[in-house]
Amino acid sequence: MQSLGRALPLRRDPAPSRWAYRMQRLWLTPLFRVTMRVGMPAFFVVLAMGIYLSDANRREAFANFAVATKEKVTERPMFMVNLLSIDGASPELADAVRRKLNLQLPQSSLTLDLNAVRAHAEELDAVDSAVVRLGAGNVLQVTISERQPAWVWRTGHGLMLLDATGHRIAGLAARDDRADLPLVAGEGADQAVAEAKTILAAARPWASRIRGLVRISDRRWDLVLDRDQRILLPADDPIGAVEGLIALDKAENILARDLTVVDLRNPLRPVLRLAQPALAALRQAQGLKISPESKS
Amino acid sequence: MTDLYHSQRAMRNMRKAALQRGVIAILDVGTSKIACLVLRFDGFEEGAEPDGVGSMAGQSNFRVIGAATTKSRGVRFGEISAMNETERAIRTAVQAAQKMANVRVDHVIACFSGGEPRSYGLAGEIELQDTVVKENDVARVLAACDVPDIGEGREVIHAQPVNFALDHRSGLGDPRDQIGNRLACDMHLLTVDAAVVQNLLYCIKRCDLDLAGIASSAYASGIASLVEDERELGAACIDMGGGSTGISIFMKKHMIFSDAVRLGGDHVTSDIAQCLHVPVAVAERIKTKHGGVHATGMDDREMIEIGGDSGDWDKDRRQVSRTELIGIIRPRVEEILEQAAERLLAAGFESLPSQQIVLTGGASQIPGLDGLASRILGQRVRMGRPLRVQGLPQAATGPTFASTVGLCLFAAHPQDEWWDFDIPAERYPARSLKRALKWFKDNW
Repeated sequence: MQSLGRALPLRRDPAPSRWAYRMQRLWLTPLFRVTMRVGMPAFFVVLAMGIYLSDANRREAFANFAVATKEKVTERPMFMVNLLSIDGASPELADAVRRKLNLQLPQSSLTLDLNAVRAHAEELDAVDSAVVRLGAGNVLQVTISERQPAWVWRTGHGLMLLDATGHRIAGLAARDDRADLPLVAGEGADQAVAEAKTILAAARPWASRIRGLVRISDRRWDLVLDRDQRILLPADDPIGAVEGLIALDKAENILARDLTVVDLRNPLRPVLRLAQPALAALRQAQGLKISPESKS
Repeated sequence: MTDLYHSQRAMRNMRKAALQRGVIAILDVGTSKIACLVLRFDGFEEGAEPDGVGSMAGQSNFRVIGAATTKSRGVRFGEISAMNETERAIRTAVQAAQKMANVRVDHVIACFSGGEPRSYGLAGEIELQDTVVKENDVARVLAACDVPDIGEGREVIHAQPVNFALDHRSGLGDPRDQIGNRLACDMHLLTVDAAVVQNLLYCIKRCDLDLAGIASSAYASGIASLVEDERELGAACIDMGGGSTGISIFMKKHMIFSDAVRLGGDHVTSDIAQCLHVPVAVAERIKTKHGGVHATGMDDREMIEIGGDSGDWDKDRRQVSRTELIGIIRPRVEEILEQAAERLLAAGFESLPSQQIVLTGGASQIPGLDGLASRILGQRVRMGRPLRVQGLPQAATGPTFASTVGLCLFAAHPQDEWWDFDIPAERYPARSLKRALKWFKDNW
């Protein structure tokens, strides 16, 4: 007997309806899929933004909101830099660096450009290099390595300290303040301090007598000794000339004599200029009569 | 005939477009099931020798990426009888296959078994203008075949050059660039009822699909289930489908004959339904579960619950022995096989060098059929299963899917047909340019 409760099951048509079939085919079309899944959402987002921002007041409010939010974040206490510490510099230089950087503290570390700070610090002549670091406790640490003075340079405007590479450091009031440093003079002497250093090293036997080095025509050096003696060095190979003169001096003790100038500019023909009394004595010894007027 | 030529050429172009896109659907519209496969073509096969002559031969290798089967509706004897129902069934199958493949298909190649296929052997002969056979000469000799009267309302679905002969040398597969004086060809022409093709075309059009090719399912299952030497030496494929049984004879890798018996597994089912007074669905279940063609003593004792939903206790508790069931099934199967044997006899199958018969299709799965078939058809009968194709689901590898798989192979390696060649120049109406030039030459 067929039970009453069980009705014949309604057999559903398994076939898709015409529209379902078409929709499925449409969804399988790659272009349509991309349009619906990427194009449409993007379009609606852009449309909503466009409608929202079409009003000037809203635009302004949005801009204000953006600025305010940015400030809110950047000015949180954990981002604020309160202190500038300068290490590795003398107190005067530290003051100069501080003045040069001219930082408005406290300032947010997010707006601080450390590279610019470093470049600023290195613009000072006395600063060789600077390391800028945002240290613990939000302290801006500027570690400075100073230039070490190696030369005194006498120019028409006064004295100047140079470091070993010839870079100027600072002015100098009097030569005696840094009597320990060798003296150079002349135009372009700062560019050629490396050569000057080798010349000084070569002329070590006269170290006590050397007054300084003079750059002539930005081309060659004169070595100035005491007693107004001057050694004119050639532009090329001044070291060889100095060494030659040292050998001569050792053999003949030449610099102890009454000379004013030793001209080594032509290596084949060194020229000596005697002092006036010595010249007169030489002439006399040769039997030449010299009128006192023709003295030069 | 030119109309057909153009429609077939349009299909051919569609198929080319589909191959370019790389995705094509296979639709097997059968009486008991509609199967849809989605194929993806991966480019040209390396080292594959094209068998035929024309440009469509030897396409590419492919992979099945979507497969779906649904119960067929509105199809009788392999012909569409209720268009709406069939359209729905096709939609179901196509949608499921597309869903599995996750790709949209626009082009389908379809096959059907109905339409009373009739085959004709055609012969044509021409004198070569040049001593060398050119592509143009192949087209000319195909056009020179004298077409028999195929009857009112019938249409050609296959017109395949089967054999070429040059002077006295016959059996050429590809006569191009060979030297001779007379070129002859044999062509196999298969015609079906035009209305059946029109219905199928219309039905597929209503599913928003384009028909890119059409084939007879007997041909398709022959491609799928005959192995290479059988196809070369001569064999017949009997595709026992639901509503009709297709017969195709192959020789030298070409189909030379095709026919159909309008009887199939559904008739067995309806016999059972009539004899046992059960619904068709129950009869189908009993047939597939307990069916057979050889009764033994054991079968007398094996009682089958028929069941029923009538509400009458006595009717719902009926039992039938398996012997009785076999007694119902066997005469019908014998009838089908006898009819097929008759058709083979009519086709002159005896004169073939090798007389292999391959049984395939859904109805060939009845246990014991091979014994029965060898009694009726001769000793050389074997059960055929379709070739393996890449990516085909396990469920679709049985003999039921022989014509579906064959259609895949047909799509990948189409046989050259008459319309794959260009119309020979003398038949071409637009020679006006040449004529105009001649006029200029004569008058100026």
